[in-house]
Amino acid sequence: MAVITYRQALHDTLRAEMLRDENVFLMGEEIGRFEGSYKITAGMLDEFGPRRVRDTPIAEEGFTGIAVGAAMLGLRPVVEIMTINFSLLALDQIVNHAAKIYGMFGGQNSVPMVIRTPGGGGQQLAATHSQNVELFYAFTPGLKVVAPSSPADAKALLLAAIRDDDPVLFLENLALYNTKGEVPDGDEPGEIGRAAVTREGSDITLVGYSRMARVALQVAEKLAAEEGIDAEVVDLRSLRPLDRETVVQSVRKTNCAVVLEDDWLTYGIGAEVAASISDGAFDWLDAPVRRVAMAEVPLPYAKPLELAALPSADDVVTVVQQTLDAVGRRSDRARAR
Amino acid sequence: MATTSRARKRPQRRSTKDGKQLLTYYRQMLLVRRFEERTARAYTEAKIGGYCHLNLGEEATVVGLMEAITERDYLFTNYRDHGYALIRGMDPGRVMAELYGRSDGVARGWGGSMHLFDTEVRLLGGYGIVGGQLPLAAGAAMAISYRGGDEVVMCQMGDGTTNIGAFHETLNIAALWDLPVVFVVVNNQLGMGTTVEMASAEPELYKRASAYRMESARVDGNDVIAVRDAAAAAVERARTEHKPFLLETMSGRLRGHSVVDPATYRDPEEVQAVQEQDPVATLHNHLISEGIADADQLSAIDAEVGEVVAAAVEFAENSPHPEVESLFDYTYATPVPNDSRRLPADPLFPLDPTAGA
Repeated sequence: MAVITYRQALHDTLRAEMLRDENVFLMGEEIGRFEGSYKITAGMLDEFGPRRVRDTPIAEEGFTGIAVGAAMLGLRPVVEIMTINFSLLALDQIVNHAAKIYGMFGGQNSVPMVIRTPGGGGQQLAATHSQNVELFYAFTPGLKVVAPSSPADAKALLLAAIRDDDPVLFLENLALYNTKGEVPDGDEPGEIGRAAVTREGSDITLVGYSRMARVALQVAEKLAAEEGIDAEVVDLRSLRPLDRETVVQSVRKTNCAVVLEDDWLTYGIGAEVAASISDGAFDWLDAPVRRVAMAEVPLPYAKPLELAALPSADDVVTVVQQTLDAVGRRSDRARAR
Repeated sequence: MATTSRARKRPQRRSTKDGKQLLTYYRQMLLVRRFEERTARAYTEAKIGGYCHLNLGEEATVVGLMEAITERDYLFTNYRDHGYALIRGMDPGRVMAELYGRSDGVARGWGGSMHLFDTEVRLLGGYGIVGGQLPLAAGAAMAISYRGGDEVVMCQMGDGTTNIGAFHETLNIAALWDLPVVFVVVNNQLGMGTTVEMASAEPELYKRASAYRMESARVDGNDVIAVRDAAAAAVERARTEHKPFLLETMSGRLRGHSVVDPATYRDPEEVQAVQEQDPVATLHNHLISEGIADADQLSAIDAEVGEVVAAAVEFAENSPHPEVESLFDYTYATPVPNDSRRLPADPLFPLDPTAGA
């Protein structure tokens, strides 16, 4: 067990899988000579050479589709798309091809590939470079979508994704790369399709994924320390399949929930989670399920506007307080603060 | 190279060996012709659903191209794929069963007309999205190159595909990475109702390869031998020198874009010109005029092919529909927890009116 960054966990896992399996190779823009826009692939070109660490032209549809074709013949490509915004240029190959080939041809040919790509705003990159469009992929049967929030999950889910025979979109986040956490030794893969209760609690359920699952944990600690509120945190980890059961079991225990997401609210992933809670825990709910999501604008460059639009820990605290106030479950002592 | 083989009105005089070969090709071309005619009928009888695009008028191109690749090579095509599937060696009954959407279809009824696929004969799809197959084919070629193999990938497409981004992205990378892939533009001069001249600033489509320093050629798609020889040279070069190639074949579309298209937008003179170049009729007449076969022999071949097609239809008619229980069998190759197996009216959670508060 070592304490390392999310970035290091990704790097070490990629390297270990390259050493383990000759069929695993990396491709993407600037991953070799430049060592990756976010340096996940630092040192890889020197160690493995250009056959297994392929710098591609700026041609997302082309190189993503080439990875799909290579996977059809049994290789295990791990594609890096520089940010999830640029994956929109490869939508046809991801949604119309990678996701369809196994089913549309009657199960004759699997597509064992991984697309790694970071989402996230907050870096003053403005509207086209700050989106969270994982929903497009989570919407699509045939794809698997994972969104780890910790270095340990980054490792476990990347191992699972590389060894899985289906196309997996592996969502990273710019704000998570430098975060640290304990990462187990060994190479035990995680389980795609399972959420995790990352903090047990009894007063309210906070549901999040990727960066917002980490924010949920921070908020829960703050609420416990300052107000004596005991929040349970569910980290979705997998967006497709979605582990509704774990979310619903938690809400049946706490009787209220707030859903956190970095994407836009309307039609967003939080809408699906809230609808699932309505389906599975309607009779247990004491309050409407609230969502904390990004403001519905193209994200502006100017810092105060960007900060206002992105969901923050303070936003989550506010919504939790309002939810508990509404059902009279927040203590007088806490309200007085 | 960037050569253009001279368009020939009809095949030239050939040796006895070529004569026997031509008879074989005639039989294959006739199989495509009769299969497609029967398919059109089945479609109008509502036995076949969805979109249905036929290879009528492209028989010489289909047979010539398939003759140029070996069993171990791979093939990717667009949605006009029936003829390729038949000549590549898919069982005609299983192809027709796929068009019928039956469980014995090559893709178990999941793909239909546009998505014929059979790993046994290395035809890795039939693709319905224009240009979608190009990156895939280059990726297959990349896998071959990664492993040091000597197989070749052939990637067929229509003329309209040369205007889409995936075409240019893929040709660039294929040339950069020396991938063993032969791209074939089957130019039937119409993308649905849009002519090549309306859609392409460079209507001599094979010339587009020059932007990627890729060699290319244009060949008469109504001449089966010319197509075979041009494609074989490209395939051999891809195999031995690991260089991609762009081959353009020139032919015509005898019917509409799909079965339901009456093609009223076409100029009658243009249609007549295409009919006059009908590759099956041309070869039929050539075989007789050159003394390679007489009319009776050719009629016998037609009758024999007719039986194959009739048997394929009978097989399809008798094949069962896929079981509804199999609906969730092909979402994922690796089973995964919480995979949705919900039918439209199913609840997400068991209905339990006594639960809760």
